[in-house]
Amino acid sequence: MGRTFAEKVLARAAGKTEARAGEILFVRPAHLLTHDNTSAIIGKIGQELDRYGLVSKELPVIVLDHVIPANNEKTATGHKKVRDFARKHELPHFFDVGEGICHQVVVERGLARPGTIVVGSDSHTCSYGAVGCFGTGIDRTEAAALYLTGKTWLKVPESIRVDLSGSFTPGVGAKDLILTLIGKISAEGANYQSVEFHGPALASLSIEDRFTIANMGVEMGAKVAVFPVDDVARKYLSSVGLNDGSYEAVWADSDATYARRIEMRLEEVEPVLALPHTVDNVAPVTKHLGMKIDQCLLGTCTNGRLSDLEVAAGVLTGKRVHPRTRLLVLPASRSIYLAASRAGLLDQLVAAGALVLPPGCGPCLGAHQGILAPGEKCLATSNRNFKGRMGCNTAEIILASPATVAAAALAGEIVDPREAMKR
Amino acid sequence: MRVWQYQDNVNTDMLFPGKYTYTCSTAEEVKPHLLEDLDPSFSKGVQAGDIILAGRNFGCGSSREQPVLGLAAVGLSAVVAHSFARIFYRAAINQGLLLVECPEAVAAYKAGDSVELDALKGTIKVGGREYRFPSLPPEILAIRDAGGLLPFTLAELSRSRSK
Repeated sequence: MGRTFAEKVLARAAGKTEARAGEILFVRPAHLLTHDNTSAIIGKIGQELDRYGLVSKELPVIVLDHVIPANNEKTATGHKKVRDFARKHELPHFFDVGEGICHQVVVERGLARPGTIVVGSDSHTCSYGAVGCFGTGIDRTEAAALYLTGKTWLKVPESIRVDLSGSFTPGVGAKDLILTLIGKISAEGANYQSVEFHGPALASLSIEDRFTIANMGVEMGAKVAVFPVDDVARKYLSSVGLNDGSYEAVWADSDATYARRIEMRLEEVEPVLALPHTVDNVAPVTKHLGMKIDQCLLGTCTNGRLSDLEVAAGVLTGKRVHPRTRLLVLPASRSIYLAASRAGLLDQLVAAGALVLPPGCGPCLGAHQGILAPGEKCLATSNRNFKGRMGCNTAEIILASPATVAAAALAGEIVDPREAMKR
Repeated sequence: MRVWQYQDNVNTDMLFPGKYTYTCSTAEEVKPHLLEDLDPSFSKGVQAGDIILAGRNFGCGSSREQPVLGLAAVGLSAVVAHSFARIFYRAAINQGLLLVECPEAVAAYKAGDSVELDALKGTIKVGGREYRFPSLPPEILAIRDAGGLLPFTLAELSRSRSK
């Protein structure tokens, strides 16, 4: 009987020869990601850290990204506490403000190794499935306990197998694919489950596409959303310093048992929107043409990579953002910011009227930098459109692909990105 | 038990707005903002022993433990829902807050019905009809029964040190 990705990875991490969906295993994750919330986490265990010590210097990966640079004294004090902690313990994987959004940084720095478990006190830790790593979210208290013990429990999830075939039509991409899937199976369609992506279309999906898809796994309730380590992944991994010999990739057996199988043909995917206020409220762009947009947000951990900025620059270069709207651009990391700058993309976007924000979470969680006013509509490439998410509970957030957002920035309203890209 | 009833997909932003995540960490700081964007009457009216009845996918969204801290601190008896999102579910175990997955009980409830929950017996009575819900696996129940993950972990560390 074959095993799924989740059954194999978790059995290995628990030091067992095999595991089955439903079992509870105690595992030692390779890394624990925390971000600005590190100050609250260490605040729970100040005395215990002194008494028992930090279980390992290698375990913590800390990235300050959520509210950067600090927006007030309280945030600044939190950041300082985290810096002091990282220095005191001489943590090798501490990344200060400006390095990027935590999930991008973890993957770029080669800390999400295929076949390992990385847990994080952030729900989008599932992003690391893009490179065959079992990444999953936990809470602050669990992160605190992990600092002391290095171990936690995980239930071996059931798995969903998604088979992808064909290729995208121009103007359609990975964001449309994952939103379409979430619309199909609902925001809880993969609750407590591992979602595996298979099929001949994988060869045409870049690591950036896979990152976008895996990142949104949690928006359908998934514990992990994962891709195999194929040639595309191996090439990317070697570019971040992980050559073949430095990890042991894991993938499902062909006769593994799945709770559900889904087939998707990429050429059947069309540009879509996730309308307020749930991510599974998905509709074709063509049903909402002409909807006026006040703010466009391009970037975040979902779509802030170089290819996303390239798509937007392709639509906007030599033109102007519509006077009715404003365009915020949020590169996912310093290295992406720099690459986009060197490639001239930032020049082109700024000349077109974009406002480039520092590489962090920006307005996505509603703490600062682009808060909405009552009644405003924001079209965003981010991953959540929950009521109140961007700081105002009577504003509306609509999710879409970088192409759709760039096209809307130009038109001041929702238009078909396939038409905009022809011009 | 007094009941607060909510819909499907109650997410972490409704339970505790993201704009407060880096300014409010303790239960006392969290309490006034509980369910602020969902039901402004909740934080003023909730009393120890009350119960939340909700639909599918309760607690979906961020890894945000503040709503769990707050709900545990106001003394909520339990959240009974059709289903829960997984990070919220873990967070509740880690804070010792009882979550009950019981779609039948949620479907049966009509405004005004009396609701009684017996955590030890694993039963919930809605308008006179009784429904059963399964216990957590023993290794997980041990965490919740210790009062949450930190008390559980500290007891374990203290035992291993004294050996």
